[in-house]
Amino acid sequence: MNAPNSFRAQPDERGHFGQFGGRYVAETLMPLILELGREYERAKADPAFKAQFDDLLEHYVGRPSPLYFAERLTEAVRKDATPGKGAQIWFKRDELNHTGAHKINNCIGQILLAMRMGKTRIIAETGAGQHGVATATVAARFGLPCVIYMGAKDVERQQPNVFRMKLLGAEVRPVESGAKTLKDAMNEGLRDWVANVHDTFYIIGTAAGPHPYPELVRDFQSVIGREAREQMLKRIDRLPDLLVAAIGGGSNAIGLFHPFLDDPDVKMLGVEAAGEGLDKRHAASLAGGFPGVLHGNKTYLLQDEDGQIAEAHSISAGLDYPGIGPEHAWLKDIGRVEYTAVTDTQALDAFQLLCRTEGIIPALEPSHAIAAVTDKARQMNKDQIILANLCGRGDKDIFTVAEALGVAI
Amino acid sequence: MNSPIPLSEPSNNGLDRLRFAFADAQAQGRAALVTFVTAGDPTPGATGAILDALVAGGTDVIELGMPFTDPMADGPAIQSANLRSLAAGTKTADILAIAKAFRTRHPDVPLVLMGYANPMLRRSADWFANAAKDAGVDGVICVDVPPEEDDALGPALRDAGLHLIRLATPTTDTARLPAVLDGASGFLYYVSVAGITGLQQAAQTSIEEAVARLKSATDIPVAVGFGVRTPEQAANIGRVADGVVVGSAIVDLVGKHGSGAPEPVRSYIEQLAAALRAARKEPA
Repeated sequence: MNAPNSFRAQPDERGHFGQFGGRYVAETLMPLILELGREYERAKADPAFKAQFDDLLEHYVGRPSPLYFAERLTEAVRKDATPGKGAQIWFKRDELNHTGAHKINNCIGQILLAMRMGKTRIIAETGAGQHGVATATVAARFGLPCVIYMGAKDVERQQPNVFRMKLLGAEVRPVESGAKTLKDAMNEGLRDWVANVHDTFYIIGTAAGPHPYPELVRDFQSVIGREAREQMLKRIDRLPDLLVAAIGGGSNAIGLFHPFLDDPDVKMLGVEAAGEGLDKRHAASLAGGFPGVLHGNKTYLLQDEDGQIAEAHSISAGLDYPGIGPEHAWLKDIGRVEYTAVTDTQALDAFQLLCRTEGIIPALEPSHAIAAVTDKARQMNKDQIILANLCGRGDKDIFTVAEALGVAI
Repeated sequence: MNSPIPLSEPSNNGLDRLRFAFADAQAQGRAALVTFVTAGDPTPGATGAILDALVAGGTDVIELGMPFTDPMADGPAIQSANLRSLAAGTKTADILAIAKAFRTRHPDVPLVLMGYANPMLRRSADWFANAAKDAGVDGVICVDVPPEEDDALGPALRDAGLHLIRLATPTTDTARLPAVLDGASGFLYYVSVAGITGLQQAAQTSIEEAVARLKSATDIPVAVGFGVRTPEQAANIGRVADGVVVGSAIVDLVGKHGSGAPEPVRSYIEQLAAALRAARKEPA
């Protein structure tokens, strides 16, 4: 590995994170992608843009989110750890944001960009519906019409979020093509965009897609890591030893990790969804995929030997995607971040453990992170600190969990 | 540009079929007819006869679509064709075999592969370019490798002596056009509608303006497609463009008739070809 001076200087001007990222889009979209890149550079340099973003995050989203020491979870882990082991577990409470997940941070940033660019119509894709709800929320807040593409299968299994989006004034279009899940919703979002480039802004929900999306989504989500770093230093005057976050596309993880990337003593662990197991159906693109090109960027993808994209599977609809943000692909290859995968069953166990020990019902996405956290904490010393991102709350998942546990509600 | 380019002009290893096809059509006072079908639709075994029907009907250039699970620039017709093909088990090896067999039957008809980056890059760009060349393919159209990402595919194609056919669209402005043309060869594919394949057709006046703008910037032929369905539409475009691309309408016929598609396809292509032959001989 050829260590760069900084791990925070990516991407290059062409949007590449090492060999990953880039702008693999149809020619029709290319001029718009270039214009978005230029506008984002202008926005970054504009103090008024930052001021408006910060103001909305504080008064509308409810930031900063708390930093919380999970004392009872830590004790529970120490009970079956060897003496001297059992690291302290802390959570960044992004599940307390307005709309119940980290997704809103990014949506605020992107709708402000859309307004700057004079766009009058918003589209987005959604899997579990969290990004769809967050997008519908900001569209309502700024008075723009909004169309959400959602796989027909996801529409069926996420009815409460579909209704939320409709309450917020969005039109939800079920996508019947392909496997009828998140990647197909993204295809349909791109098809809409290519036909409506003149007036439409596409709010992509994760740190993936063509440049500049992975960069700007990361930047908007980095509020998570910036706050956490400051809060840690203020509360206990030290940085955590290990950061942990769940990864579908990877926006909450990159948001937590990025501000710490140049702190050499802070290790990081990204947790993919191993579904039914890495030898069966899963959604772990880094663990089971190969580099390829999809949805505008080069990254690790679940695919066959001919480059056909495989269906992902996870109990968590938010992790159910066959790709991953390109910066994670790069961070894996250079070895700065470690990645692991957690099964549906392990995530369900962690979900219940957090409910009972801390009185917090987490979403199934961060339940994957919690499973990895408890595992790591047992191996680490008592004086060490793990900080995990609790990126969403579990209200949306109670039906899925009930079904998985065999409970009729 | 008024005389046909001689067949003997060396271009990479042998004749440049694409260049000859466009020059030949021009010498006959008509636009070239460029037709698209998806390889392996309805089955890999059925595609050969459909390609033969395209040729028999009067096609000048064939675009053979490489099926992909996520064809995000395509409308419902070609999406369905992709799914039918993949459901029939079409592999990259089948597509190359279809091309190779076509080349044996039709030594002079140019064939280009059209598709998305991932299946082309899966084994490496060099592998793909060499395999395509060996199969007798003349060029490649890749929907999601714009000039900004040319490194991913362009050098491999050029090294193998294959044409890289670039796309220009209504959003490709004058400032950007040189970047699109840099490294483009074979022909320039003007996507006349900002949108996905097969749904609507652009206004004739906007096509005429665009073709004039493109032709003033390049010497390679300009072919126009997206939404062309009727012989009349083809004729209108054929009056101003060097080539007319028809895809979704043919793919719909394949979807409707399955392995019985060759005859209706041939008949439809004949109508398009006749319209193009007549187009420049009558007042618009």
